[in-house]
Amino acid sequence: MSERASEPSAPSVAVRIEGLHKSFGSTEVLKGIDLEVQRGEVLCIIGASGSGKSTLLRCVNLLETPSAGTVVVDGHEMTDPDCDLDRARRSIGMVFQGFNLFSHLTVLENLTIAQRRVLGRDRAAAEEIARENLAKVGLAGREDAHPAQLSGGQQQRVAIARSLSMQPDVMLFDEPTSALDPELVGDVLDVMRTLAAEGMTMLVVTHEIQFAREVADRVLFIDAGVIHEMGPPEQVIGDPRQERTRAFLSRVLHAAKPPESDTAPAG
Amino acid sequence: MALTPRQRARVSRGIQYAIALVVVAVVAFTADWGAIGRAFFDVEVAASLFPDVIVVALKNTVVFTALGFLLALGIGLLVALMRLSSVRVYRAVAFLYVEVFRGLPALLVVLSIGVGIPLAFGTLLDHTLSITLALGIVGGAYIAETIRAGIQAVPPGQVEAARSLGMSPTRTMVFIVLPQAFRTVLPPLTNELILLTKDSSLAFLLGTTLAQQELSQFGRAALNQVRSLTPLLVVGLCYLVITIPLSYLARRLERKYGSADKKVDA
Repeated sequence: MSERASEPSAPSVAVRIEGLHKSFGSTEVLKGIDLEVQRGEVLCIIGASGSGKSTLLRCVNLLETPSAGTVVVDGHEMTDPDCDLDRARRSIGMVFQGFNLFSHLTVLENLTIAQRRVLGRDRAAAEEIARENLAKVGLAGREDAHPAQLSGGQQQRVAIARSLSMQPDVMLFDEPTSALDPELVGDVLDVMRTLAAEGMTMLVVTHEIQFAREVADRVLFIDAGVIHEMGPPEQVIGDPRQERTRAFLSRVLHAAKPPESDTAPAG
Repeated sequence: MALTPRQRARVSRGIQYAIALVVVAVVAFTADWGAIGRAFFDVEVAASLFPDVIVVALKNTVVFTALGFLLALGIGLLVALMRLSSVRVYRAVAFLYVEVFRGLPALLVVLSIGVGIPLAFGTLLDHTLSITLALGIVGGAYIAETIRAGIQAVPPGQVEAARSLGMSPTRTMVFIVLPQAFRTVLPPLTNELILLTKDSSLAFLLGTTLAQQELSQFGRAALNQVRSLTPLLVVGLCYLVITIPLSYLARRLERKYGSADKKVDA
């Protein structure tokens, strides 16, 4: 029984960000971000290393605490000091660049631990949901493997399945393919394509310009902590209005064929 | 003439062997083996130590060590969490505890507990309780630092993943961080247990009756009764009977859990 079903008027805005600032010490990484993501929308966030794109994503589920501004996800005002973050995060999945699978647990346990310890599902129910999601990411049969026995691409797909097992309303992807060998990127992107097609609300920080062009409803280009361009991919990627966007895209697209994260110079 | 590195290594090793051989030979020829044998290997004396050396002394050593270690684990875990707490007072108290009890000789702590507590509270503590308390306090200071290091060795991404799944800080610590931390600190914890086994000999400071003797005290008492050093040998072997299986068990556990990263398909 999902929570949103019990709410009479599920808001059509999944994520709303207003006047978001974030500083680390004296360095201001985000300089006033305003953004709305609709339910079911796929937003790809592109930008050079150090542009603030990962920080922006991490501010959505408050892994980073914003210095100023408002973040509302699914009606939870995350930036309200009285907000129950643990509760709010149940419905916000997050996939990391480094997978971050729990290394002491098997694949199945990775998928069930939060279901059982956070949602209070019993083992059988949790395992059933886990197996469904494992099958969905193409890893049925690997339940008993330990993370270290899996390739990077498999680990990332397990990480996605782990998030999905919480049945989130929003999924955050923080450079999910940047740590992968080029030949393993495709499988992960395929899983993400499927999710997008199923109507999952997704915020994806990525260097995969081709993926963004193909899957995103909107693309956001961020540079030096400011949103410079946001719109449909045909416009932002296909016909960028800003010089900065053009410069970034030409750097990324003219780099090695499978675009890599380190090819974009910082700044 | 120039030697190749391999030849040089061979010459160097030859010299090392020669030196070792000389040392062994000198010891072997100058020592009075007959005297050593009479002093340490008196079968009759050894036999007279049984069964008390096992049912009293060895048992007491094991009981003191086990209880002390359990308490030390509890204190160590609590203090480690306090040192990593966001509450400044907790951090300060934990820091002070570790610095004081890691810095004091265990002998002082045992004496302070044995003498100080009756003085302060006007009650005599049970002997086993006193030594357990003392060993727990001493061991806890070391174990706290070990566990803290283990917790800090867990990659921050593990915590981020747990928190973003909605786990509270406590659940994250219990289900994600601590299980990984304990795998890392298994070898140093075994080390601590072995050290504590030996520190349990300080119980002699508190115990007086025969039934309270652990191995070291038992050995010393036996020395006074027989004209032989055999009790030292017997008691020494008893310590090894405890510690060597512990080391073995630790290696087994380490291989099983030690590094989850290096696990391969069986």
